[in-house]
Amino acid sequence: MTHAISVHNLEKIYDNGFQALDDVSLEVRRGEIMALLGPNGAGKTTLISTICGIVTASAGHIDVFDYDIIKDYRKARSCIGLVPQELTTDAFETVWKTVCFSRILFGKKPDPDYIESLLKSLSLWEKKDSQIRMLSGGMKRRVMIAKALSHQPDILFLDEPTAGVDVELRKSMWQLVRELRETGVTIILTTHYLEEAEEMADRIGVINNGKLILVEEKKTLMKKLGKKELVLDLHSPLNDIPADLSEFNLHLVQDGHQLVFTYDPAKQDNGVVRLLDCLKDNSIKCKDFNTRQSTLEEIFVQLIGDA
Amino acid sequence: MNYRGMWAIYSFEMARAFRTVGQSVASPVISTVLYFIVFGSAIGSRISDVGGVQYGAFIIPGLIMLTILGQSISNASFGIYFPRFTGTIYEILSAPLSFIEITIGYVGAAATKSFIIGLIVLITANFFVTFEIMHPFWMMFFLVMTCVTFNMLGFIIGIWADGFEKLQLIPLLIITPLTFLGGSFYSINMLPDFWQKVSLLNPVVYLVSGFRWSFYENSDVSITTSVTMILVFLFICLGIITWIFKTGFRLKN
Ligand SMILES: Nc1ncnc2c1ncn2[C@@H]1O[C@H](COP(=O)(O)OP(=O)(O)OP(=O)(O)O)[C@@H](O)[C@H]1O
Ligand SMILES: [Mg+2]
Repeated sequence: MTHAISVHNLEKIYDNGFQALDDVSLEVRRGEIMALLGPNGAGKTTLISTICGIVTASAGHIDVFDYDIIKDYRKARSCIGLVPQELTTDAFETVWKTVCFSRILFGKKPDPDYIESLLKSLSLWEKKDSQIRMLSGGMKRRVMIAKALSHQPDILFLDEPTAGVDVELRKSMWQLVRELRETGVTIILTTHYLEEAEEMADRIGVINNGKLILVEEKKTLMKKLGKKELVLDLHSPLNDIPADLSEFNLHLVQDGHQLVFTYDPAKQDNGVVRLLDCLKDNSIKCKDFNTRQSTLEEIFVQLIGDA
Repeated sequence: MNYRGMWAIYSFEMARAFRTVGQSVASPVISTVLYFIVFGSAIGSRISDVGGVQYGAFIIPGLIMLTILGQSISNASFGIYFPRFTGTIYEILSAPLSFIEITIGYVGAAATKSFIIGLIVLITANFFVTFEIMHPFWMMFFLVMTCVTFNMLGFIIGIWADGFEKLQLIPLLIITPLTFLGGSFYSINMLPDFWQKVSLLNPVVYLVSGFRWSFYENSDVSITTSVTMILVFLFICLGIITWIFKTGFRLKN
């Protein structure tokens, strides 16, 4: 079976000599949702822009449904819809016109019925005659999604679709992405939020410093990396961790005022309850506690450390 | 060919012009009227005929060229610079369009505008002086070729410019002097020998001369030279545009 996208040994060195992509190879399966995770400047946008033909590769090659993106650029590009990271729109156009424009630009016959249903599904129908400059940021982002979907692409790129988007809209965007996947569209999205990748993706790719560090099924990755920490504020400071508690993955911080327990939330028996019992048995009292998920930064540190 | 895609760009650009149609029409009309008041009536009444053509009529072809060149450069350069500036160019670059199609869309629309403006100047002039066009075919040929070539030049400038200042700089520093010194308001035969030779380095001279010939059979250089020269400019611009798209110069990283 052919892949939706195959990237082979892709390199990108910008004119100023900066290497933004370093030997990236990646295969995106048909119909899957792939999330690309990475800190600022990792090279996510560069990778997407190269696949879409906006940035020229320095080395390597890319196929989209077996069409080489240089030789067969018409066929390759016809399959792709792109929602870029920046909100760039023609401020003075109306929603309706700009979406129809995108469809024709990609060489498709005008199809008012389809555009109507598209705008309705994105809750933009009421705004179809408004100029884009009069829309809110979240609506503008949806207009850009509508433009990208106007020519019914098989592959959709969403470059940070939920940056600067409120919780409600974020949820509805996730819903939309799932619905699109149902119709067979392959989706590649970038994000800084582990939560988002976790919520949406089938597979996750992690990029750092232009290198694709790993590509993994989401479930496997979350198991590996999704550690949680339970931080206990102690009533009175401890010098050492009592021997009774040695079975737990514990360490002391804040001069012994805080006890930190690292555990795996995905496990049935993650040890939290047993730890609390043990603390009681050893008469260690807590004033307060909180838990936190390992952040993306920590995961990167861990991954880069492992690599 | 992605005809629909080309049409999308063309009609988008035309719609942009029609949004400011008042301005697009008013400015060439007003400047033409002013030139006729100053050169045609005030000064022109004291100037004898040039090569058997009344001075007011003599300046019409030059005036049309002057307006078209200015409008072409500013229209076409802005048309491509603006999407680069706002970032909306991403959509054009990621669409299944060849560079020829993109160029036809943008330059075609800008050239259509210039052409219409040229006709508007011609009609306005008709209210001030009587004139005839002896070679309508050649008149159209020069008009169309000038529109296409100079809109390509504007397109190139719009891709090259990396700031609004540069967008203004070229028209101001190069195009305006060249058009004023290109024989729009005089025949270069009126100049001393040395300056006649220098003038021949100015591409606009060939355009104005050929265009004026199509009106009055009155020209500074031979019509063949004019036609050859305009074709040469056309191919130079085409060459530069091809190079731009091949290398991605300032369009792609
Ligand atoms: N046109 C350019 N010229 C030179 N360097 C560039 C250019 N565009 C991007 N870069 C550099 O390439 C690197 C990767 O940028 P890119 O936009 O791909 O990162 P990203 O992963 O999308 O980051 P973010 O999460 O902030 O969007 C960055 O260090 C950036 O500074
Ligand atoms: Mg980015």
